[in-house]
Amino acid sequence: MATKEFTLDDLKRILREGAGADESVDLDGDILDTDFEELGYESLALLETGGRIEREFGITLDDDVLTDARTPRALIAAVNALLGAGAAA
Amino acid sequence: MSTTAVVTGLGVVSPNGLGIKDFWAATKSGKSGIGRITRFDPSPYPARLAGEIPGFVAEDHLPNRLLPQTDRMTQLALVAADWALADAGVTPAELPEFDMGVVTASHSGGFEFGQGELKKLWSLGSQHVSAYQSFAWFYAVNSGQISIRNGMKGPSGVVVSDQAGGLDAIAQARRQIRKGTALIVSGGVEAPVCPWGWVAQLAGNRLSTSDEPARAYLPFDAEACGHVPGEGGAILVLEAAEAARRRGAKVYGEIAGYGATIDPRPGSGGEPGLRRALETALADAGVRPGEVDVVFADAAAIPELDRAEADAINAVFGPGGVPVTAPKTMTGRLYSGAAPLDLASAFLAMADGLIPPTVNTEPSPEYGLDLVTAQPRPAEIRTALVLARGQGGFNSALVVRAAD
Amino acid sequence: MTGRRVVITGMEVLAPGGIGTKNFWSLLSEGRTATRGITFFDPSPFRSRVAAEIDFDPEEHGLSPQEVRRMDRAAQFAVVAARGAVADSGIELEEYDPYRVGVTIGSAVGATMGLDQEYRIVSDGGRLDLVDHTYAVPHLYNYLVPSSFTAEVAWAVGAQGPSTVVSTGCTSGIDAVGYAVELIREGSVDVMVAGASDAPISPITMACFDAIKATTPRHDRPECASRPFDGTRNGFVLGEGAAVFVLEELGSARRRGAHIYAEIAGYATRSNAYHMTGLRPDGAEMAEAIRVALDEARMNPEEIDYINAHGSGTKQNDRHETAAFKRSLGEHAYRTPVSSIKSMVGHSLGAIGSIEIAASALAMEHNVVPPTANLHTPDPECDLDYVPLTARDQITDAVLTVGSGFGGFQSAMVLARPERSAA
Repeated sequence: MATKEFTLDDLKRILREGAGADESVDLDGDILDTDFEELGYESLALLETGGRIEREFGITLDDDVLTDARTPRALIAAVNALLGAGAAA
Repeated sequence: MSTTAVVTGLGVVSPNGLGIKDFWAATKSGKSGIGRITRFDPSPYPARLAGEIPGFVAEDHLPNRLLPQTDRMTQLALVAADWALADAGVTPAELPEFDMGVVTASHSGGFEFGQGELKKLWSLGSQHVSAYQSFAWFYAVNSGQISIRNGMKGPSGVVVSDQAGGLDAIAQARRQIRKGTALIVSGGVEAPVCPWGWVAQLAGNRLSTSDEPARAYLPFDAEACGHVPGEGGAILVLEAAEAARRRGAKVYGEIAGYGATIDPRPGSGGEPGLRRALETALADAGVRPGEVDVVFADAAAIPELDRAEADAINAVFGPGGVPVTAPKTMTGRLYSGAAPLDLASAFLAMADGLIPPTVNTEPSPEYGLDLVTAQPRPAEIRTALVLARGQGGFNSALVVRAAD
Repeated sequence: MTGRRVVITGMEVLAPGGIGTKNFWSLLSEGRTATRGITFFDPSPFRSRVAAEIDFDPEEHGLSPQEVRRMDRAAQFAVVAARGAVADSGIELEEYDPYRVGVTIGSAVGATMGLDQEYRIVSDGGRLDLVDHTYAVPHLYNYLVPSSFTAEVAWAVGAQGPSTVVSTGCTSGIDAVGYAVELIREGSVDVMVAGASDAPISPITMACFDAIKATTPRHDRPECASRPFDGTRNGFVLGEGAAVFVLEELGSARRRGAHIYAEIAGYATRSNAYHMTGLRPDGAEMAEAIRVALDEARMNPEEIDYINAHGSGTKQNDRHETAAFKRSLGEHAYRTPVSSIKSMVGHSLGAIGSIEIAASALAMEHNVVPPTANLHTPDPECDLDYVPLTARDQITDAVLTVGSGFGGFQSAMVLARPERSAA
């Protein structure tokens, strides 16, 4: 089974589809370490995003992941950790 | 003596015009927005016409972040509210936040959004339902989203009384102004033109099955055969007269009187309640029947309902005693959006000295109404009466008076 | 404020674990819970699998087969509760001008259950985009527009005055009664039959609350699943039900010798204008609604003997309203018992506000404060007296009940004895 990787591009695509993008934010800029809140995404937008990631990548995110991962880098790492664990199992 | 509530802003999203300028130009010239449904393929259904709003691009008016979480109905309502506030010359951020509220009417909520999520639920599974489903479809969504977008923390609300609800919302807005809130955004906007909404409306047994836009919705006509539904409506800015005067606002007119009733149980043989609602509204406004210059009819286009409405109007005004019009023949029935749109028309008619026409209808003499048809009629309009009825027997009447 | 004062003279409650006001009060005063594993459908695909369901047979409660067919479950609840409330009040509505008797029913999600079931059929399990009208039930329009609930109630009780549905999400049950109170006070009507009903325990509702993780995922012990103000709570438990009241002007209620449960002395609603589902932790807008409701009642915070909280059992809510109580009542908040009956009957969305008004009036009636069940582990951020586990005997002359809902609505209502000296 091929191991999928969750990339920043995946995240940006899913954010745009699921929650839209704030006009004052450049998602194509250097956003990896910017707080989601500064990017214009509140908890509801992250829940929608999390749901989409779960469905597309076939994983289940713990409730804390979305509250603990405050930046794209942290969320991407959390998702990839799950994907890696799935591949190893 | 209670506070007078005046209307200082209008925002219109109608099948025959976006914004008051386009809407009024179309309405006074008899331009209809009814046509074959384009939002889905209507061919499997017995009714195939609707009043759809062409050329509305939500992205042009609203923040991108709002789009995935809103039904078309809410997008239209948010834009109508923006336009109404701009028309009133109000910048909400400059006013005390607890001194502004939002009271809208709803009919079926964000039904198209709901259809999409129901489809995901039943075809893909519960995990596929959007986080936004929890509010995007529900009846309170327009009031909530308008209050958030404009920072309005005052008394807000939502009423549902089928098509009569648009007037009930305006009356509730006036109530809040009388209790001391300076400004209330009110009205109703609907967009139930999706297959699931269509099927539910068909079950109401009141839709016209005609395929000819000019022959489908003919209230008070011997060939009346049901109505054509539409999308859209209007949002109005209501203010305490004193607050409007202090800021030097343009005033369209006053919400002068209101009455509402519900019919007795079907089959009970009791008299329909419209006449009582109408009389209550006139009494509340302190207006004699002879002072009313025009009636905007509910115009169900179901023979027995047209009969009941004509009876109520004639009982109060005498046969042919007042000009009656139904510009909704150009838009279709917009449910909770219908009466707010009629109110907008009433204020625009006052300003222009013109009663907009009831298009397509050839009035049957048996109704004994002075129906304004085909051409707009010049008239000095100081006082107008708007009637609205909803399935289930809801009757509401509202009297508006021109600004002095 | 006009001179007209509005009192509750009749009520009927349909709640999980307690159909009828008497059974409802037994449940609350004994601190029993009515939450259980969902039985209405297979809950196994869902994150949250518990709910507070009512075992309800509509025909047993006087509805005819045709009434059952044309009404969604929530409409059935409303009609049964309305008939019960009118009977309880002893009012002879035939003696009134029917145009001066109105109806307001609150409902957050209307006929969701019927719509969910019917969509599944007309779409053939979600397969068809162009859903098939030939498979629709004849009364589907009544599900489309929830004002059908109010029409049914008006027909059932013979009301022909101003009638509507109030739908402000989870504050609908307070706002519907508040709307009715305003109509009586302004003199438009003499009597209102007002309350709220919701029957949302349906796959689409469970799915949408799953998606925002608002409902509890804890289903090992369903009877302990609703834990407002407890440090280990993790979401609300969906419920269903209705409560309907007969409201009248005080003078006419006294003239006919009616039993008066309570005066609705003050009511206000405000919006947070912040977020459709989120709450700011400071509780400022709910505090403002409470302040205005007290002002309308001409009462001081110190006169409130009991707070019937929204207490949904989400961390966000419990902290938000704890802050709102402190902000509006000051030091008195620490001396006032606060409890959430959602710990026992779950959260029935728009209906619960009316069910909580009933609980508040019954607390006055019995001078007993109902408890917050399942509260074992205090949350340091919720430091008021939440009446854990056991009901408390206490003279209760005035109650504050509040609600908080999606859309940002924050509502507050003050119930008091009409003979209080301040009035």
